[in-house]
Amino acid sequence: MMAFNRRDFLKIAGLSAAVGLGGQTAWELLLPGHLDAAEMPAASGLTAKRWGMALDVKKFTPAVRQACIGVCNQSHNVPKIDSKQGLKWIWEAGYEAAFPDLEAEYVEDEIKEMPFLVMCNHCDNPPCVRVCPTKATFKRGDGIVMMDMHRCIGCRFCMAACPYGSRSFNFHDPRKFLPDPAPNKDYPTRTKGVVEKCTFCTERLAVGKLPYCVEASQGAMLFGDMSDAGSAPRKALRTRYSIRRNAALGTNPQVYYLI
Amino acid sequence: MQIKDRPIIIAGILIFLAIFTFPLWSAMGKTAPEPKVELPKDVKECVAPKDYMRTSHMQLLNEWRDSVVRDGNRVFVAFNGKQHNMSLTSECLRCHTDKAKFCDQCHNYTGVNPFCWDCHTYPKESK
Amino acid sequence: MLEKALQGEPRYWGWLVLLLVGIGAGFGAYSVQYQQGLSITGMSRDVSWGFYIANFTFLVGVAASAVMLVLPYYLHHYKTFGRITILGEFLAIAAVTMCILFIIADLGKPQRVNNVLLHPTPNSVLFWDMIVLNVYLILNLVIGWTILGAERKELPPPKWVKPLIYLSIPWAVSIHTVTAFLYAGLPGRGFWLTAILAPRFLASAFAAGPAVLILLAMLVRKLTKFDAGKEAIQTLAKIVTYGIILHIFFFFLEVFTVAYSQIPSHLTHLKYLYFGYHGHGGLVPFMWTALFCGFTAITLLVVPQWRKNEGLLGIAAVLTFICTWIDKGMGMISGGFVPNPLHEVTEYAPTGLEMLVTLGVYCVGALVLTVLYKVAITVKEYEELGGAAPAPH
Repeated sequence: MMAFNRRDFLKIAGLSAAVGLGGQTAWELLLPGHLDAAEMPAASGLTAKRWGMALDVKKFTPAVRQACIGVCNQSHNVPKIDSKQGLKWIWEAGYEAAFPDLEAEYVEDEIKEMPFLVMCNHCDNPPCVRVCPTKATFKRGDGIVMMDMHRCIGCRFCMAACPYGSRSFNFHDPRKFLPDPAPNKDYPTRTKGVVEKCTFCTERLAVGKLPYCVEASQGAMLFGDMSDAGSAPRKALRTRYSIRRNAALGTNPQVYYLI
Repeated sequence: MQIKDRPIIIAGILIFLAIFTFPLWSAMGKTAPEPKVELPKDVKECVAPKDYMRTSHMQLLNEWRDSVVRDGNRVFVAFNGKQHNMSLTSECLRCHTDKAKFCDQCHNYTGVNPFCWDCHTYPKESK
Repeated sequence: MLEKALQGEPRYWGWLVLLLVGIGAGFGAYSVQYQQGLSITGMSRDVSWGFYIANFTFLVGVAASAVMLVLPYYLHHYKTFGRITILGEFLAIAAVTMCILFIIADLGKPQRVNNVLLHPTPNSVLFWDMIVLNVYLILNLVIGWTILGAERKELPPPKWVKPLIYLSIPWAVSIHTVTAFLYAGLPGRGFWLTAILAPRFLASAFAAGPAVLILLAMLVRKLTKFDAGKEAIQTLAKIVTYGIILHIFFFFLEVFTVAYSQIPSHLTHLKYLYFGYHGHGGLVPFMWTALFCGFTAITLLVVPQWRKNEGLLGIAAVLTFICTWIDKGMGMISGGFVPNPLHEVTEYAPTGLEMLVTLGVYCVGALVLTVLYKVAITVKEYEELGGAAPAPH
């Protein structure tokens, strides 16, 4: 308990105590009271310098793909809206849609016909973060591109900026399309008017678990620290040929596809 | 200003005042029932002293929110050294099990409508 | 001065009531949107900006075009514009007001708009757009109001307003440049990823804005005793001529680069807009209409006899408006989103409610413009009559 992340409010708190005003006074309402407390990550949490993922594309069967998509939607209360205003965190895209920049007239049959699982690439240089006017989307220290739904004003600049179509906007109140109670009561729903996307399951990493899709993929998705040469994705990438979605744009996506 | 406008102007001011003070006189003579907050029976201490929680729980919750979402912190070390999971639905509501008998009491009385529940699901709440 | 807007003939009040009805309808439609979210619009996961942002973009141009009056008058002492510069400045105020309303209408969480100030983010172009638009609004309000006030008192304008006027000239260019940067810096959108986007925006703005002003000046002359003067209108016509020619020229520069290089991620957008793509071609008739209007306007404007004929000039101004409005209001935003970065096609068309909200915003703009023009023209009419007392009411 050394490197506490004490925040400003905990410091200015001393002021009202110094003035000698305790309890419920008018001052208390203006200034938060003295509070001796600290915040820190959970000890059991998984940490990394740079989270990333490698998908072993030929290991996926249709059932595995559906399991990955299903568990994500279920666990994150992603509503199923069958219209052009729907939401997607992880979904299937054909080769030409997933890799339009790698267009090739002749490709191995299996690859050409196979649907790929696509999601937020958690870019190292994310255009969505660059354009957000409120820092509602931001890059965490461990590389994850995160959404703060509390702060998002719904301007959808990030959706225009994302070159992978990884972001969805809540055109509707999502609760209208979810059962009651929501599938996962330990995860919030969203509200209409905010943008959402895959978060690499930060809520799972925080308590020492791997992302839901990785767990459901039966070994087809390798998740780990890309800055660690010994991590599972790095080991696989050293021996296998891999592609990334439109890396030529300079976004440096951190989701690799092992061919 | 012409003299003949005077009644119109005075009438306008009166109408404005009547509308402006609507919240004051519309509730005249009525008293809202006093909030009856049901406290947990078996737990005596919250994550911060009672006085602090009464006046500043919203700041604390905002702080928790930013700390969890933006900084990846999950654990709150309270004034008494106890550790808590920074979570509205799984920590606060663990002791204050019934939102209607705790949160809603004062919020309804003071007419505040926090948007926490737009997203954070309350297990027992069937909406 | 504002009291001058409180006196008017029945047709003035009738027009204001009509605008209020339009505002009411727009407000009603917006309250449905507020309740049900942006689901009531035609926007989608793939086309995430629509009619609101397109009209916002167009009107930023109209606002910026006030510089086409301010610059000749204040920088080159072109006296002919002395009578109508105020009309340009007041048009800019109405246009920026509409821009701000369109942005608010487009937000998913308008109640949180303050977050842009609470968490200022200089790396976001939207942050700068907010700053330049608000400052431009204030600049034009202060400058327009001060100069008109001085004119009413038959005094020279105060000295402190001069630097503000000079500042407003580059500032006008900045608002449309920054608005173009909203689009031109996005890596996955080939249609917008072009250095000529800002010049294209400015050229079409300098055609559209003065075209609107020509029509307004003609209307004002018809309805009031205030005449902007033939020469002023003719000079505006020449500005429109250069503007619309540059607009079409820049468009062809874009077409050449895209069509000759044949890079699909840039080319497919133009294909979609002008020929249809994978069987989707909802905008094709509009885009060709825009081109046709643009060329017809150029023809009418470049021939001096035709340009000097005010009837034909009026038609050319309307055609210029249609051309530039379709270009920015329909093609520019949808065109950038179709096809999406996965080369999938989802088309966009605004819904009835979306158009009603848009109508409401335009009515607010027209109301602001009417009131401001009423004040300005009453002051000018008074001058016109050689300082005679205005007719008693």
